[in-house]
Amino acid sequence: MESLAKLLEAALFAASRPLTLEELESLAPSEGNVRAALDEIRQNYQEDHGVELVEIAEGWQFLTRREYAETIERAQFALRPRRLSPAALETLAIIAYRQPVGRLEVDEIRGVDSGAVMDKLVERGLIEVVTRGEGLGRPLLYGTTPPFLEILGLKDLEDLPRLDELSVALRRPTPVDEPE
Amino acid sequence: MTSPILRDPGNSGFVVELEKFSGPLDLLLHLIKEDEVDITDLPIAKIAVQFLSVINELGLNQAADYLEMAARLLRIKAQMLLPRRLGDDEWEDPRAELVRRLLEYQQIRELVEWLGHAADARAERFGRGYEAPPPDAPPAPLQIDLNDLLAAAERVIALMPDPNLHHRVVPRPLDVEGATARILALLAERETFGWRDAVGGGPQATLVDVLSTFIALLELAKRSVLTLSQPEPFGPMVITRGISREAA
Repeated sequence: MESLAKLLEAALFAASRPLTLEELESLAPSEGNVRAALDEIRQNYQEDHGVELVEIAEGWQFLTRREYAETIERAQFALRPRRLSPAALETLAIIAYRQPVGRLEVDEIRGVDSGAVMDKLVERGLIEVVTRGEGLGRPLLYGTTPPFLEILGLKDLEDLPRLDELSVALRRPTPVDEPE
Repeated sequence: MTSPILRDPGNSGFVVELEKFSGPLDLLLHLIKEDEVDITDLPIAKIAVQFLSVINELGLNQAADYLEMAARLLRIKAQMLLPRRLGDDEWEDPRAELVRRLLEYQQIRELVEWLGHAADARAERFGRGYEAPPPDAPPAPLQIDLNDLLAAAERVIALMPDPNLHHRVVPRPLDVEGATARILALLAERETFGWRDAVGGGPQATLVDVLSTFIALLELAKRSVLTLSQPEPFGPMVITRGISREAA
């Protein structure tokens, strides 16, 4: 590996969170293609390694391979994070697709009060207030955060399935046929 | 036909959240799937009756979200019964809004499944920097020097009973009233005083005196007549006149 790749490898090894492209670029000497170096590291780790370089949460991170999860967990070297409740996932799904979105709209779509669930998600850092709405009372509007991408293993929001890829595609109201 | 919702199920529990359904829309979707009916052409009368009987059964008929949906279903049912002219272009299907919401919610449920799988897959790969949850903090180390230790040992030795003395007859078990009176008298005189003054009797103080005094102090502290403090580990207690509540 070239020296820039080695430097980035060291930084990614030392960090306990995904490092963004800007963070990695700040380490690199003026010239030097960070993206190419990252690709080199990734290819290097593709085989013959128990960890791999994963693009996640708008950054890069070394993660263990899935096949070792059970053994590592049984030995208690690492623990799976707690699973999110269905209510939390529902709320996250709505916020991810509708952001910035207010509490009222989330309540309306879910058909139940979502205040407590949203408070918990804010506490866990998965959503945050991003702006205020224009409407009555200037309601707080929420959006998802990098940790949201991290716990789902997503590169960015583009990684979420497109709505028209779902089996329940929401059809727009069919236009009434104009009489001839 | 009496609406099931009007019957008192006899339980007065307030349902906040139910494990099985995450809301009235979820329950509706469940009923629609079970009946295998077309979501865009809902048999609203049938679904309304089923909805009411299920929430009654599950004791959900006290949860506002479910009640609101029940009322909505009944209103749509009534609107469907209103006569309409043939070929009326103005007629709007009263179910349209509910159907739109159900489809939207169904889409969310599908996303929930996708997100759940994504989270499970991510949870099987570990990043660096895992730290085991910290064990319970050990007790703070004792800050004490040799002189303190020797002084404490001396006090204990001084309290040890005379080995030649087999038994001492105690005139009365505990004298909390006496101790209380003694402490109150001291408090009237002084703002603050030490434990030894409170016990009184000097080196002749018996275990019973100590106990009586201690109980009296605790009782007075509880009543905010005084406050107790111990400036240093194993040091003597200091009794201070309590700040009266009116003054605070």
